[in-house]
Amino acid sequence: MVLWALAAGLPLAFLGLFFVLPVVGLVGRGFVTDGSLDLSGFAEVMSRPRTWRILELTVGQATVGTAIAVLLGIPGAHLLYRTRFRGQALLRALVAVPFVLPTIVVGVAFRSVLSGHGPLAFLGWDGTFAGVVAALVFFNYTVVVRTVGAFWTGLDPRGEQAARALGASPARAFWSVTLPALVPAIASAASIVFLFCATAFGVVLVLGGVGYGTVETEIWVQTTQFLDLRAASVLSVVQLVVVTASLWVAGRARRRREQALSRVPESRPVLALRGPDARGGDRLAVAVTAAVVVLLLGLPMVTLLLRSLRTRDGWGLGNYRALGVRGFGLGASGWEAAATSLRVAVDATLIAVVVAGLVALVASRRPRSRGLRRAVGTMDAVMMLPLGVSAVTVGFGILVTLNHPFGLAVDLRTSPMLLPIAQAVVAVPLVVRTVLPVLRAIDSRLHEAAAVLGASPARVLRHVDWPVAARSLGLAVGLAFAVSLGEFGATSFLVRPSAPTLPVLIYRLIGRPGADNLGTAMAASVLLAALTAVVMALAERLRGDTGGDV
Amino acid sequence: MTGLGVRDLVVLYRDDDGSVATAVDHLDLDVATGEVVALLGPSGSGKSSLLRAVAGLEPAASGRIGWDGVDLAGVPTHRRGFGLMFQDGQLFGHRDVAGNVAFGLQMQRMPARERATRVSELLGLVGLGGFEHRAISTLSGGERQRVALARSLAPGPRLLLLDEPLSALDRALRERLADDVRAALLATGTTALFVTHDHDEAFAVADRIAVMDAGRLLQVDAPALLWQAPATRRVAEFLGYEAFAPVDAPVAAVLGSGLAVPVGTVAGRSWSDGTSDAVLAVGPGSLETAADGPLAGEVRSAGFRRGVIELGVVVEGLGAVTVVERSAGRTGAADLPRAGTTVRLRPVVGGVARIG
Repeated sequence: MVLWALAAGLPLAFLGLFFVLPVVGLVGRGFVTDGSLDLSGFAEVMSRPRTWRILELTVGQATVGTAIAVLLGIPGAHLLYRTRFRGQALLRALVAVPFVLPTIVVGVAFRSVLSGHGPLAFLGWDGTFAGVVAALVFFNYTVVVRTVGAFWTGLDPRGEQAARALGASPARAFWSVTLPALVPAIASAASIVFLFCATAFGVVLVLGGVGYGTVETEIWVQTTQFLDLRAASVLSVVQLVVVTASLWVAGRARRRREQALSRVPESRPVLALRGPDARGGDRLAVAVTAAVVVLLLGLPMVTLLLRSLRTRDGWGLGNYRALGVRGFGLGASGWEAAATSLRVAVDATLIAVVVAGLVALVASRRPRSRGLRRAVGTMDAVMMLPLGVSAVTVGFGILVTLNHPFGLAVDLRTSPMLLPIAQAVVAVPLVVRTVLPVLRAIDSRLHEAAAVLGASPARVLRHVDWPVAARSLGLAVGLAFAVSLGEFGATSFLVRPSAPTLPVLIYRLIGRPGADNLGTAMAASVLLAALTAVVMALAERLRGDTGGDV
Repeated sequence: MTGLGVRDLVVLYRDDDGSVATAVDHLDLDVATGEVVALLGPSGSGKSSLLRAVAGLEPAASGRIGWDGVDLAGVPTHRRGFGLMFQDGQLFGHRDVAGNVAFGLQMQRMPARERATRVSELLGLVGLGGFEHRAISTLSGGERQRVALARSLAPGPRLLLLDEPLSALDRALRERLADDVRAALLATGTTALFVTHDHDEAFAVADRIAVMDAGRLLQVDAPALLWQAPATRRVAEFLGYEAFAPVDAPVAAVLGSGLAVPVGTVAGRSWSDGTSDAVLAVGPGSLETAADGPLAGEVRSAGFRRGVIELGVVVEGLGAVTVVERSAGRTGAADLPRAGTTVRLRPVVGGVARIG
């Protein structure tokens, strides 16, 4: 019992100190003037036309991005999870890449496609709404495919078969039977995607043109450029409301999905595009998915790679050689920044996995008492909060509140651990979401079986939960590492100017004039993407076939 | 008092919506050392709750569970030394067959070499010799339950609790395995409490059968006694008896010849003949057709079942009874007695039961 209290208390204390305190402290600054509550700031900021334009852009961008990701993702989910063909595993892996790519890399990659001499420059999307939405779809396509696909795999195909036997055409059966059954999964995916789109930071910062912005980037602009903390606080609260609402929708959808889920043995027919078994729907799915993979996913990555190899003097490794040079005012060379990134990521991963592991462990228990059960559910929900609060808010909040916290004569801001801690806060919800479903899936009677065979509670954990959870731990470690490597929102506030991480360095590089700097940024982006890919590939090897969602 | 002693036990069942029902209602039960007791009852009668309470997996609301007279309250599951076998095995998927069987031995910190010997000994006992390194996912349902049995027997539990261990299997396999379970329990001298809703299984496995309904025990007796002398009409109905006649009814005089011991005592229980509330119970197998039978009945239905013929017959003064007879050369529906015809019947000796 004492151990359980510790296991629950440590993550809660961690989150309280490094998430709740900073965020509340920051938000408080917007509403408290000279020690008394002052809501005039709220009215003032909300009456600015600029605020409303930003809000409109944020909601519009998230809505359009979500709609397109869902429309493109459903055929992909069908193709990758409901049929069988050669190379399917490879395609699944390929499609999974964008989600873990650092936002800054995606921003740079899309810029390389849409701007200047890029292959799609003629569209004129550089720095526009369309360009940002394209990049957001790039990111979130995977989320839709995986969430909907995983659900679709377990969907009983006999419903659709019954409709067919009753005389429905394939299209009719899909519309009237399969699609309605998929709604919970689609709603769940859509609300998560909406959340990611609405809080996108790096991509918008890099791709959005002059005057383009979302609530998230606006918080950053108001803080770092206009030094208007009150406006930033108000916007943080606005964002919190938007995000809480979509998390609530996501939670509801997820519960419905869990209820609706009656697992059946997989039955996936071989994909046939010609001959008597060919289906029109399959052809459509193949066409859509091929277009997405080539144009949306492939083109930016390939263009980024090619452009990184392109120097002023033609093709060559000049840009990569430039990674070894410490550019003026950049604080570090590319390699040094990469080393910093890795060092920070190791610490952040360690923290995130320990904290999230404890959360998942506690949240997976089903105590007999209803009060305790409710407490466990609350803890699960509370630990998801960082997913909903802008990383910018977290970073900035840590920066302003951890200066002499509780009146103590310590300034935590100078601690080298602050950056990994902030990144861990961002990574914890994702890691929990990876490990928790695996732990929850363990039948409680398996624990009982071990107990009647003489295993003490500790040994049940050691011999039953651990072997199962360990398989998902590889993926969790990889995910935490990838998040940390690519983290930009919180990092941009907390990083020491003399020791930038790779994403920060890339952002500094693209902010400078000159083709050389852009070329170096491309090379640095390729390096960052490669690091992430290697980490995820290693993690996949450690992983069993049971993964969590998202 | 040796063995398990359950006294005045109450177990509450909490549903997810917070409602509370009484699963076990002031129940007493004893299982002597070395004895196999079957707990027989329809689904929802509280059998599993009782079992789980004995295992320490479910708290007792009141009452006492003891072993050799020592109260087990406060003793956690893993220190009770009881084994539990689940309906669906609950094998550890991340361990192979040997790893599963060895789990309890590992918990007892038995040295690896001894453990390996004991594992192969037990696998031999359940008919799975050489299966040590098979993955759980490659086993059939019957093989899984055999592994589960070996796993729960391995640590030598002082009491083995079996929770409908054969219910998930198909009929033929269930019958064969019931015999194997009985053999394994006898070979290891294991005291066992075996929960089931299937009479055949209970009769095949147990030394004594406890019939449970709505959280209470209706009767605890040896199989033969239970069969011939159900304590109440409810027990008789649950055992499959279909028609009942008071001992002073005219038809009872004829049926009396079917009682195992016509008048007097059955296995030490004395009946005072002529008790007015005593009832005779008739079920499938109690009557057989005979040209000169003393009873007459009208055939309502006739059909083949598993190599025998079952006739639905309405017997005068008694009611609807199923009559089972050998198919004896009859090959098709045309050879069966037609509905509406009359058949003569006589009681089978030992086929009629007496209640009260």
